[in-house]
Amino acid sequence: MRLLKLIPDDTHIPFVKWRHIAVSLSLVVVIASTVLLFTRGLNFGIDFTGGILIEISTDGPADIAELRSDLGGLGLGEIQIQEFGQADDVLIRVQAPEDGDERASQRVVDTIRAELGDRAVEYRRVEVVGPQVSGELVQDGILAVVISVVLMLIYIWFRFEWQFALGSVISLVHDVMATIGIFCILQLEFSLASIAALLTIVGYSMNDTVIVYDRIRENLRKYKKMDLGDLLDLSINQTLSRTVMTSGTTLLALAALFIFGGAVLRDFTFAMIFGIFIGTYSSIFVGAPVLLAIGVTRDSSGAAEKGSKEKTAGA
Amino acid sequence: MLYFERWKVILICLLCFAGLAYSMPNFVPRDKLENVPGWLPNKQINLGLDLRGGSYMLLGLDTAGLEQSRLQDLVNEVRNTLRDARVPYTGLGIQGGMVAVSVTRAEDVETARKAIDGLATTVSGNMFSGVPERDLIVRATGQRIEVAVTEAAKLAQLQAAVEQSIEIVRRRIDELGTTEPVIQRQGADRILVQVPGLENPQQLKELLGRTARMNFRLVSNAMSAQQAIATRTVPAGTEILYSSDEPRVPYLVERRIMVGGDRLRDASPGFDQRTGEPVVNFRFDNIGGRQFGDVTRENVGRPFAIVLDNEVISAPRINEPITGGQGQISGSFTVQSATNLAILLRSGALPVDITILEERTVGPGLGADSIAAGEIAALIGATAVVVFMIASYGFFGVLAVAALALNVLMLFAILSVLQATLTLPGIAGIVLTIGMAVDANVLIYERIREETLQGKGPIQAIETGYNKALSSILDANITTLISAAILFQLGTGPVRGFAVTLAIGIITSVFTAYTVNRLMISVWLRRRRPKAIVL
Repeated sequence: MRLLKLIPDDTHIPFVKWRHIAVSLSLVVVIASTVLLFTRGLNFGIDFTGGILIEISTDGPADIAELRSDLGGLGLGEIQIQEFGQADDVLIRVQAPEDGDERASQRVVDTIRAELGDRAVEYRRVEVVGPQVSGELVQDGILAVVISVVLMLIYIWFRFEWQFALGSVISLVHDVMATIGIFCILQLEFSLASIAALLTIVGYSMNDTVIVYDRIRENLRKYKKMDLGDLLDLSINQTLSRTVMTSGTTLLALAALFIFGGAVLRDFTFAMIFGIFIGTYSSIFVGAPVLLAIGVTRDSSGAAEKGSKEKTAGA
Repeated sequence: MLYFERWKVILICLLCFAGLAYSMPNFVPRDKLENVPGWLPNKQINLGLDLRGGSYMLLGLDTAGLEQSRLQDLVNEVRNTLRDARVPYTGLGIQGGMVAVSVTRAEDVETARKAIDGLATTVSGNMFSGVPERDLIVRATGQRIEVAVTEAAKLAQLQAAVEQSIEIVRRRIDELGTTEPVIQRQGADRILVQVPGLENPQQLKELLGRTARMNFRLVSNAMSAQQAIATRTVPAGTEILYSSDEPRVPYLVERRIMVGGDRLRDASPGFDQRTGEPVVNFRFDNIGGRQFGDVTRENVGRPFAIVLDNEVISAPRINEPITGGQGQISGSFTVQSATNLAILLRSGALPVDITILEERTVGPGLGADSIAAGEIAALIGATAVVVFMIASYGFFGVLAVAALALNVLMLFAILSVLQATLTLPGIAGIVLTIGMAVDANVLIYERIREETLQGKGPIQAIETGYNKALSSILDANITTLISAAILFQLGTGPVRGFAVTLAIGIITSVFTAYTVNRLMISVWLRRRRPKAIVL
């Protein structure tokens, strides 16, 4: 039986030659994402804005227009009503009452319940996030992403050299910004789960970058005289098959989740799928060029030793 | 790398067997699990509220209100103390977070200060010193005396209020007859409540949102409530309270409490014998019964108000002395609201007002749908990964898939043993783990392929492959573990569940994809002694 080979055994793709295009592209993406973040902004879910989310199932296909006019007439401020996953499943989102406290939010829920009456066969979800909690969730979310990026910087610094740490963090920031950009463009709901997705992307992208770096470090010791550009190309080509395989299996699993995993998880999965693509791209086209730009200390025997010692453990 | 000492082989096999054994209960229907003898693994994964349905509520204590009421009590204490000490004063009240009073005669200042100082008691100090501290600081400047509550006292008071509230919240929830509610302190002034599988989550909210401070007071006969409102003068010692039901009727009620709600011994819902309306029957304890008897005897013919959280539930006329210590509250109750009130009265009043800061309720239907969708996604995802791996690596792919299957079982086993909570994002974590777990195998196999291409023999190529891939595998997994750890620290509820499965999945995948897989290959090498490997 012939085995499936997505990447031929001996590739010589000149990735480094394309770095100018790649870096410009990445710069455009990061700048565009930043601009979008401040102009169009993220579509924050109730986790971060405070507010009310109610998911109901109706008897037969829901009449969204009727619900919209009925609930809109209650004077509760901005209400979003949309079909969710199926025709008999409706998602109702209400902004937190202005200058209202937690009790005001609960009263809004009661009002909506009264108006819906028999139309709601089942209350599938009711979420009420008060202003106090939502503020803390925003803080914790930002903190989580920042801390994890910093910790990884420290870890890579400890395991490799500072150039590698810098390179990996630049590609991390690139991935996070690009993902935030896609959230802005598509106006996907940015919720607590999105923070989880972002952190997973951070982990995955790091994972990918580290593997390329690991090979670069190994080759640096092996080929002491090779031109750095050629060495980077060699390392990326050597790991290319693995990069594609792992991205492939991960994407297969995520695609299954996206299609079959239900409406609740859809945005979360979408963000991760996008992140896998961008993380794979950045480990090749961002992480490595950064090393070329800032240079690597060659033949630093101390660091080289450091890398090879802990290999015997862990069996 | 390919040689395993005997004890290592035994250890690895034991771990795999344990993983198998402890994951098994999850494949047995829950009701059949009771027949499993106790010495066998019988724990299933704990499903989160988003999967089994239930309510998550974060309750916040009104700390400002708590401090305010402490100061109000302090004002009363100071008033009594100065009266007892026969010290004339003016301007007693709360000012800038403390109680201030001006002593009229300068020669009284020292007497007054000492008397007020006598009010102070000690509280256990903060957690750093542990030394008992005074709860009050009394300062005299000129003829003005200021009394402040110390931080230690505030802390101790909050602590007591939280503990007491947890106890009362627990009593109220227990009345609902649900299984395994979680009620715990969160931070300094919050209570986390998780109640799985509720039929009626709305009732839980009604029970938790109320302070349920109840008392019985006389309705003032100095003037009518309408008169008081019209003239905007409220006689001393009275206040205007409104009825709880619509239309809201005002009552002029005496501030003095006839009998407090803490004197209630029991309350139960029932029906009025004449009208058939839902009512709440209650019984006082001995002291309360006597107090109630005395007051009703002295005030026959006057109406009294039953006040709950500063709203008048009803204001019946006292037709005759009520001495039996029993009574009936009628208002415009429904069966449900009568039941709720009875529960609230039985459980007692909260020491402080509570608000629901965050609520997440998931109905059982959505939970079941999520599990079903998660199962399908996991199965299809796993199948796709299996096909892809075998197509790419042939026999070695089969070994990787075996390691993957073992990985998922071990993940289930650890989740069951730790009784960690599986949430919907947690299922996503499992699916993601399935995709990423083969990474270690991919790294190793690609390395072996490379070494083979460079002309190494099977054993040497495999040996080098494992050796060189290890550092990458460790680095790659530790970085992911870091982000999972942070998610766990900072996340709540469902997101935390995602972090748990991701972290456990990483650890088990390194074990199965690296160690177990290596053992399998070493056995295969020794049995078959292949001349060349197909990769």
